[in-house]
Amino acid sequence: MNWTPLFLTFKLALITTILLVFVSIPIAWWLSETKSRLRPIIETLVSMPLVLPPTVLGFYFLLAFSPGNAFGAWLNDWLGIKLVFSFFGLVVASILYSLPFMVHPIQSGLANISTSIKEASYVMGKSKFTTLMQVMLPNIKPAMITGIVLSFAHTVGEFGVVLMIGGNIPGVTKVASIAIYDEVESMNYASANFYSLVLFVLTFSILLIVYSFNAGYVKKFWR
Amino acid sequence: MIRLDISKQLESSDGKMTLHINTSIQEGDFIMIYGESGVGKTSLLRMISGLMQPDKGSIHVKDEIWFLHQQINLSPQKRKVGFVFQDYALFPNMTVRGNIEFAMRNNDEALVDELLEFSELQNLQQRFPHQLSGGQKQRLALIRALAGKPQILLLDEPLSAVDYEMRKKLRSYIQKIHKKYHITTIMVSHDHEEIRDLGNRVIHLKKGKIEFDGLVGEFDELKTANRLFARVISFNENAITVKIGESTFTIENIEINQPLQVNDEVLIVTDLNNKTSVILSS
Repeated sequence: MNWTPLFLTFKLALITTILLVFVSIPIAWWLSETKSRLRPIIETLVSMPLVLPPTVLGFYFLLAFSPGNAFGAWLNDWLGIKLVFSFFGLVVASILYSLPFMVHPIQSGLANISTSIKEASYVMGKSKFTTLMQVMLPNIKPAMITGIVLSFAHTVGEFGVVLMIGGNIPGVTKVASIAIYDEVESMNYASANFYSLVLFVLTFSILLIVYSFNAGYVKKFWR
Repeated sequence: MIRLDISKQLESSDGKMTLHINTSIQEGDFIMIYGESGVGKTSLLRMISGLMQPDKGSIHVKDEIWFLHQQINLSPQKRKVGFVFQDYALFPNMTVRGNIEFAMRNNDEALVDELLEFSELQNLQQRFPHQLSGGQKQRLALIRALAGKPQILLLDEPLSAVDYEMRKKLRSYIQKIHKKYHITTIMVSHDHEEIRDLGNRVIHLKKGKIEFDGLVGEFDELKTANRLFARVISFNENAITVKIGESTFTIENIEINQPLQVNDEVLIVTDLNNKTSVILSS
């Protein structure tokens, strides 16, 4: 049995999730604080991947990242980065594709903290950054966990975007979801079932942990 | 000395209202801010602390300018105030000790110990806020506000969420704090006993303006305010059951000076010595 697609899937999900944490915290914080008129626009953009068919996203990534176009050519010539049909390209696309799954829980977590908590910290002379890191984020652990797990799970389940921008290169961009499609196409049901079962069990376990955590069963052991 | 001359347009339940405050406060004063809800008491504290910006005017504290319209507006971080919020605003992720340490501007372990001892929380210093009782949370909120060595202590109805017995205890505790640290204190309250026990000066706000500003002893509202109109349901020698609005109350140890009948309209008066008596109205 070939484990490479599964490894690739989890490598992609892990890297994407870690980077997403750093990308999403500032966005979620800004969205929960701002009174700017730009807010609905940014919120809409962040939420787009929830409703857009992944192939639409993948198609535009393909156009934008292609060395035949200005942006892709610039990346290629100046930075030596090739985003089409490369693992790095998958990471970039996955970050954008899973953005709402990380931003939304953190944003609502931050918005739910009573304003007086934040203000108390400001009055104590603490900067906005210190307040975010030491007061706000530690108090939204369940929201953070939800965001992390959902983003991870969502990246594991990616198909359309990956197919469009990554192609189907074994060991580089052929992740489990694509391998399943591939195996079915060539009537290789046993392998397809193997990949499917692993993904099924894993996704089930991940989501079970999240819901148990948020229901408080795991909270007792947390701190 | 603190000089306040600020105005701010506020949204109240009866529409727009302009809060205008022009007064000065001596160092070490204990000022009570009194008035109906929505009159701008909390907004006043928020403007002093920098959490809300006045539309016009200035705030001077000693020889510093904290706010000067369109020129200076110190951030809350730079104003040295201690603020006790109505909901305490304790940090749930930090222990009792952690809450105090976080509130300090310069690390001073000796002061942390002193404050813990003063508030009798030293045995609970490793607990988290959710493991404390209401009174303990309140004491923590108070000493935490002192930890940054503020120039002004702002208390926003700090006792409104605790029961009557606890209020009395915490009141004497606030008194002790003021005696020991002599910090200029401004406290929002609409409890007459609290005002009498704690304040040396009252500012009564009405419709956004200062209605009264003077010594607690000269504040007429305190002498007459604890009066309630009620309808008699039943009574005996020293207890009476009355209906106030839609609710019924039984008041014991009451002095009944006049012949009463069921269904009479009466006035229930609590005087300054906490003695309650019934007067036939009209």
